[in-house]
Amino acid sequence: MTEVQKIEFSPEAMLEVSRIVSHYPQDKMKSALLPVLHIAQNEFGGWLSAETMDYVARLLHIHPIEVYEVATFYSMYNTKPVGKILIEVCQTGPCCLNGAEKIVSYIEKKLNIKVGETTKDNMFTLKTVECLGACGYAPMFQIGETFYEHLTEEKVDQILENLKQEKLKAINN
Amino acid sequence: MGRKLLLEHLNKANINTMEGYLQNGGYRSVEKALKKMTPDEITEEVKKSGLRGRGGAGFATGMKWSFLDKNSGKPRYLLCNADESEPGTFKDRLLMEKIPHLLIEGMIVSSYALGCRTSYIYIRGEYMFILRILEKAIAEAYAKGFLGENILGSGYSLDLHVHPGAGAYICGEETALIESLEGKRGNPRIKPPFPAIAGLWGCPTIVNNVESIAAVVPIINDGGDEYAKIGIGKSTGTKLISASGNINKPGVYEIEMGISVEEFIYSDEYCGGIKNNLELKACVPGGSSVPILPKHLLLKMSDGNPRLMTYESLSEGGFATGSMLGSGGFIVYDEKACIVRNTWNFARFYHHESCGQCSPCREGTGWMERVLHNIEYGHGKMEDIDLLWDIQRKIEGNTICPLGDAAAWPVAAAIRHFRHEFEYHVKYPNRVFDEDHVYQPEMKMQKV
Repeated sequence: MTEVQKIEFSPEAMLEVSRIVSHYPQDKMKSALLPVLHIAQNEFGGWLSAETMDYVARLLHIHPIEVYEVATFYSMYNTKPVGKILIEVCQTGPCCLNGAEKIVSYIEKKLNIKVGETTKDNMFTLKTVECLGACGYAPMFQIGETFYEHLTEEKVDQILENLKQEKLKAINN
Repeated sequence: MGRKLLLEHLNKANINTMEGYLQNGGYRSVEKALKKMTPDEITEEVKKSGLRGRGGAGFATGMKWSFLDKNSGKPRYLLCNADESEPGTFKDRLLMEKIPHLLIEGMIVSSYALGCRTSYIYIRGEYMFILRILEKAIAEAYAKGFLGENILGSGYSLDLHVHPGAGAYICGEETALIESLEGKRGNPRIKPPFPAIAGLWGCPTIVNNVESIAAVVPIINDGGDEYAKIGIGKSTGTKLISASGNINKPGVYEIEMGISVEEFIYSDEYCGGIKNNLELKACVPGGSSVPILPKHLLLKMSDGNPRLMTYESLSEGGFATGSMLGSGGFIVYDEKACIVRNTWNFARFYHHESCGQCSPCREGTGWMERVLHNIEYGHGKMEDIDLLWDIQRKIEGNTICPLGDAAAWPVAAAIRHFRHEFEYHVKYPNRVFDEDHVYQPEMKMQKV
């Protein structure tokens, strides 16, 4: 059963969009594109479909191509669907000196997926990313807006289990 | 204990709130600047302080300000570069997360000096949680009358907004940052014209790093001369150093410029020595793009004197025997760290982050990554080492922005100082790592 999602911001999101647009001169609405795409990604399932991008283009009075070229340039925008929980492990130098690679293979084994893949239940997607500015607190990953630092295997177990339970609860409600 | 100008109140209660910040003397510089000083007098104090851009390039901040075109008739903009993404650097994050009002205070004084009516803080998208902290602090500043119309009755008005990026290292380059703020891909612009003439929306624009703008606060409070008394030569004031890697106490430290590198690594006040009682092997002192130095060159300059934590001392000897202070991203490697693996890691980073505009960088970073991957995983040939040298040399200086140089330098320095490790990888492809992917130092000792 697939439900076709109507692409339209919630009233709260719309309010946030107007607040952001007001930060720029009236004829420079395009400047709001990056922040508005963040909102769109949050609103529409963690990724940007062509329909979502077209909607944003209409909202900001710009051409769809102007949205596509931006969405494909920046690594935080997902142009393909991702799981409910996106795990982004930092794999840059200082994190690697402190065991980032081991954390990645541990998660791969634990969830039975490779980097870039999503679990069958559509709960987790595992990604590796470049330096997140947490070099002194390595190894680390980011989920949503939260940085989880000084990771150990036990901590990873705990964090992922807690987040999964939260998501399941939210779905059941 | 060295003097602290930025992190002095880091551990005070509620320093992240307006109330706590005011209790610790916050916003005094706004009062002083807007009521008692002219914009030019502020620029003059910043010039006197000798403050140099803390983002990595080290260009004199006061001088940069003086390039701003004030006669164009167009609005002028100050953009704070909070895109912090140079691997090894996490100092701005601490400052914004814990003492957000210090940056806002610096933004108000600096915007007044430059004659800006609207200013922006461009923060990397991954720091969204800090964007929320800053927006809350900005709302507090509006409520107290430090932002908005007619600030403190001075007649000066300023709006301040935070703008998120979305995951692109290149947007730390100032013209890419401007493009990104305009809602475009982060492709650096060809200069001239420089942003001071034609920047955001074609208007005169100054882009300064978070730490530079925060430093304006103590400079105005105590005077540029007082600030310049700290440090040595043209390295004045204090500097935030992000320390990471194989050390006992990673974290952000505010140092008085001029302490020795040795003290910074081994003193308990700072890094606290190398972890697990291992030996220091090498260090990248200023963020991933600056040359890596082996221990003997890191601790001493060519005249035998100790190397110091200053712009001049860290770059003494040029790239042959020196490095750079850069952004202060201080990454320490112990004797077990594999230089080849680290170099491959950084090459992958630059390949991933290249915007793709200039072919030497777009293609060259990918070639370097692949050649290094081959060497690291046991498929390298001896001539690959010279090939790498050749590629990096052809990237450096041949691109619109400094990302090309930033990608070339770490590869060049690794080969320059650790060629034997590359040769060892090629010669003994199956013997380099133990099961944890850790380089075995005793193997290095065997005759290559």
